[in-house]
Amino acid sequence: MRCNCYIPSGCSISGMMSESGKRMDGNAIIRSIALMHDRGNGLGGGFAAYGIYPRHADQFAFHMMFDTKQAKKQCEEYLKDTFDIVLDEEIPTRPGGVFEEETSGKDAEYGARPITDPPILWRYFLDVPEEKTTFVTEDEYVVKKVMEINSKFDSAFVASSGKNMGAFKGVGYPEDIGMFYKLDEYKAYIWTAHSRFPTNTPGWWGGAHPFCLLDWSIVHNGEISSYGINKRYLETFGYKLELRTDTEVIAYLFDLLVRRHNLSVEIAAKALASPFWKDIDRMPDREQKIASAIRQVYGGALLNGPFSVILGHSRGMVGFNDRIKLRPMTCGRADDMLYMSSEESGIREIEPDLDEVWSPKAGTVVIGELHEEV
Amino acid sequence: MVMEIDCKGMYYKKLNKMIRNAIDKNETEFVLNNINGQRYIGNGINEKIKITINGVPGNDLATFMNGPSLIINANGQDGLANTMNAGEIIVHGSAGDVLGYGMRGGKLLIRDNVGYRTGIHMKEYKKQVPVIIVGGVAGDFCGEYMAGGVLVLLGLDKDDDTPIAGDYLGTGMHGGVIYIRGEVEEHTLGAEVSVLELNDKDIKLLKKHLGEYCKHFGLDLEEVMSKPFIKLLPVSSRPYGNLYAY
Amino acid sequence: MMSELPAEFIVKIDYDRCRRCKRCVMNCSFGCMQFKDRVVPEHKNCVACHRCATFCPESAITITRNELAYKENANWMPEIRKNILKQAQTGGILLTGMGNPRPYQILWDHMLIDACQVTNPSIDPLREPMELRTFLGRKPDRLEFAHNKDGEIDLVTELQPQVKLDVPVLFGAMSYGAISLNAHRALAMAANRSGTLMNTGEGGLHKDLYPYAGNIIVQVASGRFGVHSEYLNTSAMVEIKIGQGAKPGIGGHLPGEKVGEEISKTRMIPVGTDAISPAPHHDIYSIEDLSQLIFAIKEAVDYTKPVSVKISAVHNVAAIASGIVRAGADVVTIDGFKGGTGASPMVIRDNVGIPIELALAAVDQRLRDEGIRNNASIICAGGIRSSGDVAKAIALGADATVIGTAALVAMGCRICQKCYTGNCAWGIATQKPELTRRLDPEVGAQRLSNLLTAWSLELKEILGSLGVNSIESLRGSRERLRGIDLDEQTLKLLGIKPAGIGQ
Repeated sequence: MRCNCYIPSGCSISGMMSESGKRMDGNAIIRSIALMHDRGNGLGGGFAAYGIYPRHADQFAFHMMFDTKQAKKQCEEYLKDTFDIVLDEEIPTRPGGVFEEETSGKDAEYGARPITDPPILWRYFLDVPEEKTTFVTEDEYVVKKVMEINSKFDSAFVASSGKNMGAFKGVGYPEDIGMFYKLDEYKAYIWTAHSRFPTNTPGWWGGAHPFCLLDWSIVHNGEISSYGINKRYLETFGYKLELRTDTEVIAYLFDLLVRRHNLSVEIAAKALASPFWKDIDRMPDREQKIASAIRQVYGGALLNGPFSVILGHSRGMVGFNDRIKLRPMTCGRADDMLYMSSEESGIREIEPDLDEVWSPKAGTVVIGELHEEV
Repeated sequence: MVMEIDCKGMYYKKLNKMIRNAIDKNETEFVLNNINGQRYIGNGINEKIKITINGVPGNDLATFMNGPSLIINANGQDGLANTMNAGEIIVHGSAGDVLGYGMRGGKLLIRDNVGYRTGIHMKEYKKQVPVIIVGGVAGDFCGEYMAGGVLVLLGLDKDDDTPIAGDYLGTGMHGGVIYIRGEVEEHTLGAEVSVLELNDKDIKLLKKHLGEYCKHFGLDLEEVMSKPFIKLLPVSSRPYGNLYAY
Repeated sequence: MMSELPAEFIVKIDYDRCRRCKRCVMNCSFGCMQFKDRVVPEHKNCVACHRCATFCPESAITITRNELAYKENANWMPEIRKNILKQAQTGGILLTGMGNPRPYQILWDHMLIDACQVTNPSIDPLREPMELRTFLGRKPDRLEFAHNKDGEIDLVTELQPQVKLDVPVLFGAMSYGAISLNAHRALAMAANRSGTLMNTGEGGLHKDLYPYAGNIIVQVASGRFGVHSEYLNTSAMVEIKIGQGAKPGIGGHLPGEKVGEEISKTRMIPVGTDAISPAPHHDIYSIEDLSQLIFAIKEAVDYTKPVSVKISAVHNVAAIASGIVRAGADVVTIDGFKGGTGASPMVIRDNVGIPIELALAAVDQRLRDEGIRNNASIICAGGIRSSGDVAKAIALGADATVIGTAALVAMGCRICQKCYTGNCAWGIATQKPELTRRLDPEVGAQRLSNLLTAWSLELKEILGSLGVNSIESLRGSRERLRGIDLDEQTLKLLGIKPAGIGQ
């Protein structure tokens, strides 16, 4: 199942969020990513959605993929021992479901592409048994177990492991993946989407974006040329990087800096996309001290190479780019909605009238947050 | 005779082929409605036709374009005027990154702001001098590697905190000229660039280009010219002459 | 020249034989040969280009290494010391020309070709047909036919544009600017005569060569010199140059002193300005940007020509090539680390990139694994020296090969590595009129055609001995190669068995 070589990724990303927590179905995000059809090559597409399991909001929702029934059985044995399984069921799909609507990005001549050969797609709503959290937090425990599953079981893969959220991804154009997973029937207050242009053997559903850990989800456009050292840096903190995609590195870096080191998302982003020394040298003293320290301590976390990333978590959506803006990103606002996309037309497809539209500066973050009271 | 096309949901290949076929049948004016994201409009067209684009066009608009006039009544995306040879593009809005890459002729006039890497490696040759005029501000790497042509940043309507251009302005510049309506901080300039005052020839050239610009966007030329400009020129046409050991 | 550095070569004149005809003085373009009542060489200026020795009627000239003995030191070679001294003097990047001269293992020389004996007959190429014809371009996986109203069968599938080669060897991309217009003319004429293609390189296409459009690959490089819609359409194929083997990942630089009137016109830049090609295409920062440019070009030529993408062979070349094919390229050209150049920093030329043999094997295998091998033709380049190398490259999986250095040698180049000075005594890598006139395009074209003719005949002999009469039957047939003196890992990477193993 797993491929054993490095998969770079080029592609498109899109994200939408209701800051008032209003939940929307997946139709709009599918149309947005479908418009940017030409940026992908049909070998990977995926979505992250937040707020989709209100009735199980307190459980960890594991979206899993299995190559064989045997693998599922083995993995379930493992899950039974490590968690309390509150509910498990097949992830509903619409076999042969293809996106048929005409958008100006999709060439109708190419015809519909039904999703073929999916792995077994199953979801588990899990509680962490009390006795397991004597020495570690729930989150830490889940992270550890997810990494164990992904490294020990060759034919099983945890696509997402957060609460009240999930990743829906696979091999195919994202709009077809969206129809396949029946995303029009879910309601979420944050949707992110990704269309992939991988350069390796298709057939590995786990390789598509978003990449998720706990309630972090990352969709990413670009290639991290510092992958080699970022990976080794993370490994010194106990992370196991199994998936051979550079996106994995971004998710783990956020987990490390924000969850374990308690840095704010903004500072974490500053470590990943640090300003140049020539700019740090000109900062006022207080800022200079901070920026300098970040670079000195978190040098292994510095991401080099072109990237634009949309990070999702349960309270918001964050967009940011590499420090010389080698990948595109446009953002837009309309009422309580925040949009981010690789192309402005991707946003206009779903929201033709925007209150404001802008391109964020390189190395800065655009933050969408749920209002306090939500 | 104006050919109006409703482009809603139309894929770019179909649209561009339709335009090419119509040009072969001597159509000279097009109005494209409900445009959203279609790429390569105006690509490689040699004839002096006019296309009005209502909606946000896709990337690489007017790549290799060689004559037409394009009017965009929305923001542009990335890659406008890529390696463009001749023609003009009027954008009633902002535009994105990598505009006018390798542009060697024609005009790109933008009402609002532009993104990163505008006018990289613009080049001129004899009478063919490309011109990019931006009404707002530009991001980093503006005029990178510029080898010829005229780039103008006006910074109209910007607030005082916003710089008119980003860092690495004119880095690697070895030809052409950049006019800026306002000031730039020295540390944002590329090593190959020097800041000078305008002479009479410059004023004449600016007036000519800005006169046209103002007409398109309903601005007052006198007001635009009322603030002082500076001019950026390359220090040398051989900026890397001393880089190598033979 | 560096005063503290000893001369690299010593020019010895046999004064007994010397006729004082001064031919050597007139021919030397590096300021080495002087005449003061007899020929007096300025040794420090000699670059061993052999121009003088070749034209001396009395064979009175010998060029030898300057044997200045150092205390033995395997680590601190004279070349290394000289480089340090040069840099201490100038603070500059060391430039050089041509391909990597270091003694890396030559994998071609460790592959042996099969031959037929007894169980399968050889074919005699002199008396029987032997086909080398090759088509470059994207091919469909299958063909569809239908009956027309007259009951005849018609081909339904429309093939994408293909380019026909009579011999699977093309001339490499060498820009007008790096080499002279006469050299460009020679390449175009020879390509036309021999049924193959030459490549404009990144310097645009001179108007004089427009009649040869059907044999020309026009290149779109990062500087976009001379690129406009007429240029794109005056070609058999359009190539996007991402990198070249001699300098992967960096840009190019033609110094202003080499930009004279004609180059200025062809590249469409003012006389005397530097022509700098940026390191990346600034509109290609990710694979989908490449796809965007590929289709921008296809739109500009109305889908009538195949589009090639040329890359250097680097570590991840297989994945990159796969991405390029999926991005819409019809041809992928891979340039190995031994590829040549007119000017490159020495440290890049000698230390960056991987061998073409390994890159080619990896790319061919990866595309087959993904089921997309048909989608693009693979051309390999970088140190192809003989028809033997060509045959082995094709057996590993290439559709065609490219020769750069070999073509220059055919026209007279002695690989002295001084191309970047613009003083090429053979009139090839120079723009000085007194030197460029030394290369007669007609003679050059004839010599290039001769080379291709010779290699074609040799290839036919090789094919014949392999028992095949069509190059398709050798292409990708790794079974016909065996490795000798190669370790297991290398054999695995090349996908060939060691000599001694049978079927």
